[in-house]
Amino acid sequence: MPSNTVQAPVPGAASGHNDLAGRGARIELTDLSKRYGDFAAVDDISLVIEPGEFMTFLGPSGSGKTTTLNIIAGFVHPTSGTLKVDGAAIEATPAHKRDMGVVFQHYALFPHLTVAENIAYPLKRRGMPKARRAELIRAALDTVHLGDYGHRYPRELSGGQQQRVAVARAIVYSPRVLLMDEPLGALDKKLRDWLQLEIKRIHAELGTTFVYVTHDQEEALVLSDRIAVFNHGRIEQVGPASEMYERPATLFVAKFLGESTVLRGEATREGDGSVVGVCARTLRAAGHIDGPRAAIVVRPERIAVQPRGHQPEPDRNVLPATVTSEIYLGSSRKLELALPDGSTALVRESAGTLSDARPGDEVTLTWRVEDSVLLPDDPEVETVFT
Amino acid sequence: MRTSRVGRGLLWALCALIGCWLVVPVLVVIPLSFTGKPSLKFPPDSWSTQWYANFFGDSAWTSAFWTSVQVALLVTVVATTLGTAAAIGLTRARVRWLGAAQGAMLAPMIVPGVVLAIGTYSVFLKLQLVGTLAGFVMAHTVLALPFVMIPVTASLRGFDRRLENAAASLGAGAWTTFRSVTLPLVAPGVASGALFAFVTSFDEVVVSLFIQSPYLQTLPVKMYASVTRETDPTIAAAATMIIVLTTTLVFAATFFVARRTRAK
Repeated sequence: MPSNTVQAPVPGAASGHNDLAGRGARIELTDLSKRYGDFAAVDDISLVIEPGEFMTFLGPSGSGKTTTLNIIAGFVHPTSGTLKVDGAAIEATPAHKRDMGVVFQHYALFPHLTVAENIAYPLKRRGMPKARRAELIRAALDTVHLGDYGHRYPRELSGGQQQRVAVARAIVYSPRVLLMDEPLGALDKKLRDWLQLEIKRIHAELGTTFVYVTHDQEEALVLSDRIAVFNHGRIEQVGPASEMYERPATLFVAKFLGESTVLRGEATREGDGSVVGVCARTLRAAGHIDGPRAAIVVRPERIAVQPRGHQPEPDRNVLPATVTSEIYLGSSRKLELALPDGSTALVRESAGTLSDARPGDEVTLTWRVEDSVLLPDDPEVETVFT
Repeated sequence: MRTSRVGRGLLWALCALIGCWLVVPVLVVIPLSFTGKPSLKFPPDSWSTQWYANFFGDSAWTSAFWTSVQVALLVTVVATTLGTAAAIGLTRARVRWLGAAQGAMLAPMIVPGVVLAIGTYSVFLKLQLVGTLAGFVMAHTVLALPFVMIPVTASLRGFDRRLENAAASLGAGAWTTFRSVTLPLVAPGVASGALFAFVTSFDEVVVSLFIQSPYLQTLPVKMYASVTRETDPTIAAAATMIIVLTTTLVFAATFFVARRTRAK
């Protein structure tokens, strides 16, 4: 069994070599809302999660992603809307009859039971005979690489080990859906990186539908088949990671997922595209927006730093800038630059293609017109991220 | 954290003094119970075990003792069950009058015993519960309830309710979750509540005096009657046995909890 499979799993196609492999369920949320008085924690969400898919709910705290997960798990009852699993409406089904696995941020292992007893817990609830229970516990512990830890108590394990036990407990009864609520939130960076790959491997082995909640955009990019970005109880955009990164639908998504330079100005139509006035210059971008207030989003690795006075090719946008700081990251370096209107631009250069620019240098930034993503401006976004 | 030697010595002395003040009156009873003369003079000038023989030979004493044990055990069961249920309900309910409900159930701890006793007596007269086992159990349960609710509520504050969500997600219904997750984890609170309930009932005297009859009395009632009518050191023997019984219970419970904690 490969221990660090990282290629994307094919949805629905479970590899058969794990005892716990099962078929993932299709989850359908339709017009789902949860209101507490006047406050809508979840505001009219509709979303289909395909069988065997790895879906990540990404958003800042209070954006409704955990509430949505809790509605799917049955811990929170929606105020309105429908929730279907494999076509059957389950809003009225209590949590303990939903047959879903849940992994919590703080593990939620039963402290009075050993690791093996914790994993046996869901099997006992299902009246499984003892011999079969022992087999499945073994398979679950092997899946999370904790084969010898069955007799320990949760408090004798590290945080990472405890979370792996929690995963084992949630997959041992082959649920059709595995829900994970910021499962790596309480762990340190290095452990998180490794467990991300573990979770990805387990998803590929089991073929279960995974729904994963996180506020960590990097985690979302590593793990997901698709990402749903939440904000104010609504879904801003749903799509594969690359699409969300390259073609964000809103300024919020662009700022939340990855780094970017945001250039604000007045937009006017010009043929197939638009021109936006920024810093007394004209920038071009494909497409149109409603209304004049526009923002052009450019990812930092798309921008080239040239000496001042450089003559760019005709299909590139150009802006003058001053380098304010340099962050060396080994495999790349990040430059922060001040634009004439006082806003900040970000550039990331890979090692091997570094420019000569140093802090204090006056330079010219250029990027391809097609790398300019034209979006309606959202004045709220800046206040969220600064 | 720098305390001088003198300061520390003074602190020790003060603590010892307070300890003596609390414990000595209780301990005085023990030599009294071994007195040779039929008086409660302290210190006794001769010694015997006749008062213990008297206690076990007199059916009025032994039946009072067994009544007390019976009542206390029943109260332990009833009050622990009700008090645990009430504590869980009150820590989780999100309703109006929550504070009022909580106050009402803790009131027996604050209301003067004699007020409670008069009320109980007049109701029990009407319901013909005076001098009955059921009457004692009901009255003592009311008194014991707060002593169960307080430690159980404290245990519940340290209980992570997400464990109940976890149990539900794993297929456990409400009752199974309570039995297999909640109860084992708040067990120390429930156990100490049960102990308090037993002790509260076992040494309750004010309410018991009102609802007793000549045919059914608890040990404290018998002791009170004994000390007001005659000066009979049998009461000291009875008191000594109560001290030994309750002390043993408390030490056993402490030992049990310590062992459980260490096992974790």
